[in-house]
Amino acid sequence: MKSFGGLEALRGVGFAAEAGELLAVIGPNGAGKTTLLSILAGILDADGGEVEVGARAVGWVPQQAALYRRLTVEENLMLFARLEKHEDPAASVAEMLELTGLGERRGEIVARLSGGNQQRINIAIGLLARPGVLLLDEPSVGLDPRQRARLWEFVSGLAGGGTTVIFSTHDIQEAERYGDRMLVLADGEALFDGSAEELREAVRSEAPEAADRDFETAFVAYLHHRGH
Amino acid sequence: MRWLLLKDLQILRRSPLQAALLVLYPVLIAVLVGLAISGGPERPRVALLNEVPDNARVSLSGTKLPSANVQRRICSRVECVHVHSRQEAVAKVESGDVLAALVLPEDLVNKINSLSTLAPGTPKVEVLVNESDPLKAAAVDDRIEALLAQANLALAKRIAVEGGKYLNLVIKGGNLPVLAGAVHVLGLQASARILEAIEPALPRGPLRAALSEVTEFATQASENLDIAGPLINRLAQPIRVEKVAVGGSAPPLETFAVAVAATLTLAFVAVLLVAGSLALEREENAYPRLTRGLVSTEALLGEKILLGVAVGLVVTVLMLAGLQIFVPLEWGRFGLWLAAIVVGGASLAAAGAALGAAAREVRAVSLLAFMVTLPVAFLSLVPSGTVGAGLYDVIKLIAAIFPFKPALEALTAALEAGNGSLGAPLLHLAILGVAYALIARLALRRFARV
Ligand SMILES: Nc1ncnc2c1ncn2[C@@H]1O[C@H](COP(=O)(O)OP(=O)(O)O)[C@@H](O)[C@H]1O
Ligand SMILES: [Mg+2]
Repeated sequence: MKSFGGLEALRGVGFAAEAGELLAVIGPNGAGKTTLLSILAGILDADGGEVEVGARAVGWVPQQAALYRRLTVEENLMLFARLEKHEDPAASVAEMLELTGLGERRGEIVARLSGGNQQRINIAIGLLARPGVLLLDEPSVGLDPRQRARLWEFVSGLAGGGTTVIFSTHDIQEAERYGDRMLVLADGEALFDGSAEELREAVRSEAPEAADRDFETAFVAYLHHRGH
Repeated sequence: MRWLLLKDLQILRRSPLQAALLVLYPVLIAVLVGLAISGGPERPRVALLNEVPDNARVSLSGTKLPSANVQRRICSRVECVHVHSRQEAVAKVESGDVLAALVLPEDLVNKINSLSTLAPGTPKVEVLVNESDPLKAAAVDDRIEALLAQANLALAKRIAVEGGKYLNLVIKGGNLPVLAGAVHVLGLQASARILEAIEPALPRGPLRAALSEVTEFATQASENLDIAGPLINRLAQPIRVEKVAVGGSAPPLETFAVAVAATLTLAFVAVLLVAGSLALEREENAYPRLTRGLVSTEALLGEKILLGVAVGLVVTVLMLAGLQIFVPLEWGRFGLWLAAIVVGGASLAAAGAALGAAAREVRAVSLLAFMVTLPVAFLSLVPSGTVGAGLYDVIKLIAAIFPFKPALEALTAALEAGNGSLGAPLLHLAILGVAYALIARLALRRFARV
């Protein structure tokens, strides 16, 4: 539960995620996705309810890239590796450069990189926490299709390695494609929690008139039927 | 914390414009202050025609001055252009080469010397001015008038002493030097005594009564004229100025100017750098990421204040080294300077942090910091007595709640002995620093979350 003044941003949202699971939090803008992830990250305090995580750290990648645009790629990674108190920060930086494929651009000022590359560094910084759970807030916004593909390949790899990934998106197709499970949020309420097939099923039964249309249109009709 | 510090220094290095402004602006102030100190108002050029013979001596009440002294005195106040004839002086004034010409006639010294004789003359000097530029003419008039007033005062004092001597002679009697020797003057007191002695020898009658009146007059006159002596002295300088410093002794102007330049530098660097750097953490969205277990709010604030103190210290010391060109400084007191700069810098940096916590855009915060620092600095320099009492109280309050004025006091005290205590402003700075750090912490916790 979370309110900002009189506005209830989240209401009775509850779910659990397994290790290695890719959970997509999907909903239109203003649904409360960022609020939910921020509470999970410990950035925001919930007004009610609780968050339980395993022993390993929770990595958080904010929707707006949180990095120093006047520093180089390497300087950014090095700073956060040092702040995370890594024993060998240089090795961690090398690992992240490898993982993000930005090794050749390590000496470049971040401000001069494309949005996609900035987002990769943003994610890499989140990964420096060596998290058991990684929270990605709309990670693909502003990326072109090729960058998106690379991003998801990278994230899937992480999940394959046992990291629980909770990502938010307003793109139903992306959620369906990369999420093992979807949590639909609208106006702070959880409307649905289940697999992509189950969501299609629910959409079909709620909004049969749009069932023949593409998934996105059908999903919008579904949200409309549920009063959003 | 050191990694954050390193990061901020890297960012500063990558922001040459900001870094240059942070350094150049104070340097500009320093140079202006330095020039203001060393140059002073320009001395007006005045042509001087000195016709007084070289061997003439001003001789009044026993002291003799070579006439060259007079010339030296004049030329220390104005820039003298020596000319050799009246025509040359007139030509220079007319052409505008000089603002005025001063003619000291040949008989000037003799006439001055005659002032203390029984046949005093009227010494005259001639001033030729070109009044085509009224502003400059007024300035020259003021200079020359002040110069003449001083000369007149000095002469009047001497003449008063001389006059006192004559008076004394009349009262008490003595020798009056005249051309070939001396004339003995009886004096009123002796006259009265003689008359008193004669009086009983005369038969009672109108003659004795008249003599008695004369005796009485002589006694009265000698008593009253005795009082006249100091009165004549007073006449030379009717109002004597007695300066008593109440409430703190003012530091020498030059030391004060250096302290102002250095404190302005420290204030701009510490306040702007810290405010901007803290706002940058939020502009880059880094604040929530950092404070999510990596760094505490307190540690982040501490790092910013350290940054402000470190950079402020370097720039301020460099600036003091630069001001050394204009004003000699006591480098032996470096330890005290350091204390003043570090404590003052920390307090100013804390104020910068409080400003920086108020908004998330570096530009907005920098503007805010500028708009706060500059007026407060100027208000802190408003001397008492130049504005109304009520307004001055308000100014004093504003100056007291921002660390600029105490930092200025601390640095003034540190630069030179005898400029007030260092302890009180340091304590003031420490209290303000803690208060601003607490405000900054509160503001960050309240506003800087996602
Ligand atoms: N700090 C805040 N103060 C006030 N309202 C907020 C704040 N953050 C978010 N909101 C509101 O809460 C709702 C959910 O916002 P958010 O979680 O950012 O949505 P999403 O990320 O799904 O677009 C929105 O209506 C938004 O305006
Ligand atoms: Mg969002």
